[in-house]
Amino acid sequence: MRLSMLDGEPRVITAGAAVLAEALDQQAVPRLGVDWRPPLPGTSQALAKVLADPRRERANEIAVGRMLSARPRLVGVRPAREVLDLPPRTFFHAGPPIDWERASGPMRGALTGAAIFEGLAADAEEAERLLVAGSVKLDSCHHHRTVGPMAGVVSPSMWMFEVVDDEHGGTAYCSLNEGLGKVLRYGAYGPEVIERLRWMGEVLGPVLAAALAVSGPIDLRSLIAQALQMGDELHNRNRAATSLFVREMAAAVVEAAPEHAAAVLRFINGNDHFFLNAGMAAGKVGADAARDVPGSSLVVAMARNGTDFGIQVSGLGDRWFTGPAGVPDGLYLGAYGPEDANPDIGDSTITETSGLGGFAMAAAPAIVRFVGGDVSDAVAATRSMYEITLAEHPVYQIPGLGFRGTPTGIDIALIARTGQLPVVNTGIAGRVAGTGQVGAGLVTPPAEAFTAALTALVEV
Amino acid sequence: MTTSTDLVEVRTGLYHDSVSLMRISQALGSRPGVTVAVVAMATELNLDLARDAGFAVPDAGPTDLLVAIRAGSEAAVKDAAEELERQFSLLAKGGQAGGERAESPPRTTRAAARAWDASLALVSVPGEHAFAEAMDAVEAGLSVMIFSDNVPVEQEVLLKERARERGVLVMGPDCGTAVVGGAGLGFANVLRPGPVGVVAASGTGAQQVTCLLDHAGAGVSHVLGVGGRDLSAAVGGASTLTALAALDADPATELIVLISKPPAPEVAEVVRRAVEELSTPVVTALLGPGQDDLTTAAEKALRALGLPVPQWPCWTVPQRAPSAELSGLYAGGTLCAEAAIIAGTGAFTDFGDDEYTLGRAHPMIDPTVRLEALGRASGVILLDVVLGHAADPDPSARLAPAIREARERGAAVVVALVGTESDPQGLRRQAEVLVAAGASVFTSNAAAAGHAASLVRSAL
Repeated sequence: MRLSMLDGEPRVITAGAAVLAEALDQQAVPRLGVDWRPPLPGTSQALAKVLADPRRERANEIAVGRMLSARPRLVGVRPAREVLDLPPRTFFHAGPPIDWERASGPMRGALTGAAIFEGLAADAEEAERLLVAGSVKLDSCHHHRTVGPMAGVVSPSMWMFEVVDDEHGGTAYCSLNEGLGKVLRYGAYGPEVIERLRWMGEVLGPVLAAALAVSGPIDLRSLIAQALQMGDELHNRNRAATSLFVREMAAAVVEAAPEHAAAVLRFINGNDHFFLNAGMAAGKVGADAARDVPGSSLVVAMARNGTDFGIQVSGLGDRWFTGPAGVPDGLYLGAYGPEDANPDIGDSTITETSGLGGFAMAAAPAIVRFVGGDVSDAVAATRSMYEITLAEHPVYQIPGLGFRGTPTGIDIALIARTGQLPVVNTGIAGRVAGTGQVGAGLVTPPAEAFTAALTALVEV
Repeated sequence: MTTSTDLVEVRTGLYHDSVSLMRISQALGSRPGVTVAVVAMATELNLDLARDAGFAVPDAGPTDLLVAIRAGSEAAVKDAAEELERQFSLLAKGGQAGGERAESPPRTTRAAARAWDASLALVSVPGEHAFAEAMDAVEAGLSVMIFSDNVPVEQEVLLKERARERGVLVMGPDCGTAVVGGAGLGFANVLRPGPVGVVAASGTGAQQVTCLLDHAGAGVSHVLGVGGRDLSAAVGGASTLTALAALDADPATELIVLISKPPAPEVAEVVRRAVEELSTPVVTALLGPGQDDLTTAAEKALRALGLPVPQWPCWTVPQRAPSAELSGLYAGGTLCAEAAIIAGTGAFTDFGDDEYTLGRAHPMIDPTVRLEALGRASGVILLDVVLGHAADPDPSARLAPAIREARERGAAVVVALVGTESDPQGLRRQAEVLVAAGASVFTSNAAAAGHAASLVRSAL
């Protein structure tokens, strides 16, 4: 047999003792040094076992391969009650499962608003009584092929984006984006919120459904790829993607519903984040394709309910591993400040889970000030994510990095080894129910969610 | 009653992105005396936020810029207004330059292997963490030298299984030396290039043989370490077999020297059969009682190459043993074992053994522990000094005073000096300092041990 290292000039990666690296430098041997540091405390034994698992490498290849090859297409817009396992008096919510008792302000506010919107209660007091009494059943969106931004509350009368993965056949759902300011997903439930939800159910949803029937399915993979090259990272900036979406849909909207076209297009146009929800469903359908590969240490969900930050891992089924949701470090709207902020909330971290959002920060120079000031910080944020991901996306590329694919597929073993936690971009909800959005910024996930999952992976 | 002063103004023809403005708001809001600061484009949302905060907001549209500041005094408002201008002028300059900062180094061997075209990896992180880095290399299709010791044997077995599948070589764990394509890895002597390929389960054993060959004018093609446990029943000679086959296929290698402690019987048979099948001649040096010593192995190799066997350099000083006591204080494990067998008497300590190196550098780098032992020893003292890259840059400088003291105590001191004239420390220069301190110095460890034994015998 031939060993390739015996042929040609030696080029050495060094990890460890500086004296050995210096010895190579003295010999003028080309060398790349690893900035090695000990793994996260308490993970050494679990790491050794997980890394020794003979299934791991192939399992991760399969799992991340599915995530990368997913071909999400927006095929429809339909009422939740028709497409989801969502009987009356059941609401889904963002993040890992939670009950009213532990729910934060914006989560309670959104549940309250949904109860009013569904006609289960006439006002907030009545809604709260129902919810406190447990007469509305709550479950996690993620358990039902669904994701929701911020509080992520989905009730039967809401209309949903329906996204199908042409490659693996999966389907995923996400609600329609209400816009900014006082909206249900940020925990607001005033009359204007309910009114807007009614209009979305009566006009926006049906018009988009009819327009999609005219236009045919929309290739979200291609749209996201284009938006990345136009300066979106698809979590905190969706301006390009929303513009592209309007371009794709405008003619069909006019054709399908001329009497509502102006109102519908004006609504979408007025909300730079309109595309976020379609992008989230695209992320969800790809992440779900990567689920349930035995031995895989790939993260298939990161989600927050305003109280807990939870993750799910491909090789660990539907189990959640959680830690306390942190308060984002960000910039605040108006007179709001950190004391007004609720802990991290929402399923929109499905974007980071699939290599977008904070992971694609280098693609979005327009919002780099969220990560501390200048473009080099954004580039550094994206570069650091290559350390904890299994692959680079073949289609989602970053022009500023020479069209390198975005870092995709978080590996809990790499997180434990490097201590590098996922970079998450996020909106910030007010902590008091009914406040709405107070800012946007960056949040650090709790390390214990990842280390607990690593320990659990040893046991299966 | 508190009094406060509001500053509200609308500026036209000035646009900044919302994130920049939120940063300015934040900067103003944190100034002494300022209670609220809103600097934002005058969208409906931002106007509402300012109204909610109690400002008297004039008419303005989304292309205008709204400034609303509330502070406890006129002076504080004035101060905030000045700061506002300073912030705007900073923004107008475009803030900090964009572009990339220097790329940060990779955090794992995996990331390094993805970022750079390497031919092999050298891992010397603490033993409990070496598996992860080595596995990264193997999975990336790279051969790896594991200098680290204290690596569990089951991890070694796994790494070598995986390496066989990938067609790469795992050198180690606890592999002290290798020379690959002219690059010295770990503790490596500067050897002339030549036809001899070495496969060694013993680092210092390989160094002794190759240094003697170098004296005799015979150079090496490659020196491939395999780790001291490779020929145990558990590991089964996995790397030895790969290394033999690789050197057999290497056009630069005309003679293979295999250096090992006696293998487990079942492994010996496998290796013997593998050796028979090679087309390249093999000189086997199995170390142990009743076997050839390293010097004899080097002489056999020279004969196989058709080269004359020289007198191995030595520098003796007249010494008398004060007692029949013999202390062997070694840094090299194989040299230690060899000397113990040849001397047939005395107390030998291998300071390079795992029990002395846990959490501490190898005695070839850090002589402290051995120097302490040297300070206590009496009778005949036998030491090894190993030169080469990564070893103590001037070992004789620290040993000489201790040797002088020992001689003054009446002890006899014999040194086995393993190195070449081309080593950074210089063989001759080191020998001169050691001899001047009163030691007898031998380039052959076997000769040094024999000399020490004869001193002991003369004291009987």
